[in-house]
Amino acid sequence: MGTEIAHAIADGILGGGVYALMAAGLTLVFGVLDIINVAQGILVVLGAYLSYVLSVHLHIDLLVGLLITVPAMFVIGVGIYWLFIRTLRGAERTSMTLLACFAVALIIEGVLYREFGSNYVSLNAWYVNQSVHIFGFYLADIYLIGFGLAVAAVVVLYLILYRTTFGRAVRATMQNQTAARLIGIDVNRVAALTFGIGVAVTAIGGMVYGSITSFTPNSGYDLISRLLAIVILAGMGSIGGALAAAVFMTTIEALVDIWQPDWSIVVFYLAMVIVLTFRPQGLFGRHAVRAQ
Amino acid sequence: MTATLRTEGISKSFGGVQALDDCSLTAPAGKISALIGPNGSGKTTLFNVMTGYEKADSGQVFLGDGRITGAPPPRVYALGVGRTFQLTRIFPRLTVLENMLVPAQRGRSARQHREHAMDLLAFTGIAGHAAALAGTLSYGQRKLLELSYVLVADPAVVLLDEPAGGVNPTLVQHIAERIGELNKAGRTFLIVEHNMDFVMSLCHQVTVLDSGTVVASGPPEQVRSDPRVLDAYLGVGTDGDD
Amino acid sequence: MTKQTVAQGSGLLLLLAVAAVFPLVFTNPTATNFAVVTLVFVAVASAWNIFSGFSGYLSLGHAVFYGTGAYFLTVAANDWKLSAGAIFWLVPLAGLAAAVIAVPLGLVALRVRRHTFVVITIAFFFIAQLSASNLSVTGGSSGMLVPQPNWAGATFNNPFYYVALVIAVATIVLAWLVRRSRFGLQLRAIRDDEDRAAGLGVRAMPVKLAALVLSAFITGMAGAVWVYFTGEAVPQFVFDPLFDLAIVLMAFFGGLGTVAGPVLGALVLQPAQLWLNLEETNSYSSEILFGALFLVVILFLPRGVLPTGAEYLSKAQAWIRRRRAAPGETAREPAAGADDAITPTSAPGGAA
Repeated sequence: MGTEIAHAIADGILGGGVYALMAAGLTLVFGVLDIINVAQGILVVLGAYLSYVLSVHLHIDLLVGLLITVPAMFVIGVGIYWLFIRTLRGAERTSMTLLACFAVALIIEGVLYREFGSNYVSLNAWYVNQSVHIFGFYLADIYLIGFGLAVAAVVVLYLILYRTTFGRAVRATMQNQTAARLIGIDVNRVAALTFGIGVAVTAIGGMVYGSITSFTPNSGYDLISRLLAIVILAGMGSIGGALAAAVFMTTIEALVDIWQPDWSIVVFYLAMVIVLTFRPQGLFGRHAVRAQ
Repeated sequence: MTATLRTEGISKSFGGVQALDDCSLTAPAGKISALIGPNGSGKTTLFNVMTGYEKADSGQVFLGDGRITGAPPPRVYALGVGRTFQLTRIFPRLTVLENMLVPAQRGRSARQHREHAMDLLAFTGIAGHAAALAGTLSYGQRKLLELSYVLVADPAVVLLDEPAGGVNPTLVQHIAERIGELNKAGRTFLIVEHNMDFVMSLCHQVTVLDSGTVVASGPPEQVRSDPRVLDAYLGVGTDGDD
Repeated sequence: MTKQTVAQGSGLLLLLAVAAVFPLVFTNPTATNFAVVTLVFVAVASAWNIFSGFSGYLSLGHAVFYGTGAYFLTVAANDWKLSAGAIFWLVPLAGLAAAVIAVPLGLVALRVRRHTFVVITIAFFFIAQLSASNLSVTGGSSGMLVPQPNWAGATFNNPFYYVALVIAVATIVLAWLVRRSRFGLQLRAIRDDEDRAAGLGVRAMPVKLAALVLSAFITGMAGAVWVYFTGEAVPQFVFDPLFDLAIVLMAFFGGLGTVAGPVLGALVLQPAQLWLNLEETNSYSSEILFGALFLVVILFLPRGVLPTGAEYLSKAQAWIRRRRAAPGETAREPAAGADDAITPTSAPGGAA
């Protein structure tokens, strides 16, 4: 029993890394742009399908394929922002952008169904089903790789945010859009690029997700509900919080899986509800509870 | 109905910034008092503390004989203190008349409520727009609407945050006249303003705030020539608008 | 009574007359089938609007109430072994069950910012769906069957039709009453500026919660009727994310916050979706089309068809007025923006 629990915790922490990355993309976009991109789930699935196409039809290795899928998803993200979200303004902006993202998600899901049907597929590579033997149990290679990628991506994200001019512009826009405009920051450009970054991480997330589980276009719903739950549990806008919440989710799930696999994710959702009852802004949320 | 609104020793800091430092101010019952001072001196913060939108770090707020320190905004409103905001806060997607009907009122039937609302709108002069969406009003008209609906519950004390700000001179005169009339009926007013003509001609007493402290207080003429006040405004005579 | 109200009212009365005789004229079972489902959605879209349209808190979890009502009726119908007609009496009870669920959900969800609220409703939706799939009382992921009446095949749909019609009409009337009431005024003030409204004495939480409970009650009833009509309660169909999106789209399309808007939206979009599902054997066509339509509405008609239509109408009227005015003389129009349109009177008496 002890090793089972330890194993579950290890899996949970490692598995959390990738969810953390995808959730970080979500919370970054919210923190900077006040947009809740509910399409993030289906975009992960899209990323997975892109990896699938590269792997199966062009025989490109999954990791190598990231060099193509990450920029591709970035461009898609910028495109979505520029075409559908940029023009939305007004008092209802946050709700409208959320609905717009929902609509985009629906379209992407429909297109994926059309192209790939509803059969389950999964990604394969030599490292997908292998594991390393550490401390008396097996850690799946893919979890380690996923965790490593997530850490690398988050480091890159932080470097961008804190060491580049662009990153400074992003942080300025996050704090005060009007002031940022006044000092000459092209807020629209910053917004589009930030949105693109938020989506680009789904390429990595998709690759890892698709290697761990098989997926269909319908998998987007499960994904987005998890990501949203992570983000609101953490408090919207908190990247570090998203990391913690993601690891919490996967660890709880792995632990409850030992006894009651059917209810493992429900436990997480309930935990989120309980936290919100006492702390509506989330564990690490900064904003006051009520603002328009 | 009328009452005195008074603060004693209010201090409030935000992070490292001391917004208010030991502020004591009295708005006597039945009089029109002004609160002036350079931008950033803490006037709106003091308003927020008095009406419950902010909690003071120390000090007390009194309405008449009762202590209302820390009471939340709905309670302050129910006790008879109404207030407007610098950036007008109206309900843009409701009609002008509907805006008037939002504030809770006791002791009035629906019909009396409507009639009272229309009377107030007629008093401030925008009754003609009663059926228009509040969002379509001009800036000056919104200020009048805000004034109107604050009065709906017959508050004993009315706090106005820059009632003449950004409005044309004719309208400023009009607003001043309305306030004067309401005051003759006994209402207490405390007004934050930058428009010195407005303040000097209308108010019975003036309190000056600078960097969170009360620098001077008294009748307009006395305050006007107080060297500390001139200092607070960077030594420039304060005859014009901001 | 404004002209717009009269127009809306007459339109609705006309629809009512048509609706009352519909199944007697169009006896084709497919037509009445469409009609029953459409009426269910008219009720749900209107109920959703009573809460979300008026308060501005967009709920993407109304399927929870729909599903609660549906499962309540299913389980009760199976357990209590009622006769066909009697099962209809379960419908209001199902609504009550949904209303009861709405209380704790609302108490948790209505304390947060608006967009966090939307996300929480999504989370609640998934909790509900997963619970229904896992609990044995709801039949697990394969669901449960609802005992079906053995009425004549040709007119089988009709009782369902009339029950759904009654619920839909009652909901529309309720929406109209709410909008005219002080309760509705408070909701709409909350939508515009909740903090300011609270500062003026509007008790936000009880008002929002009441609207949610009311909305949930109707949605629960609608879910119960629907599940009885379709005959089976399966988690993925009862708790369908597209359901939530569809009713939001209907309300937005017709005009959020209006009484007739959701009705129009449902009457146009639901038959369209049903027809699409019939014509195309795949399900993705309707998804793509709905998503695209939604984007079009959000980007170009954000206030919905009815308000935008009304706006164009008044612009056209203004244009006609200007054409009629003699050259050199401007037509007299009420100009809300003119500062000089201020005519003060003396102070109102009784300054207590």
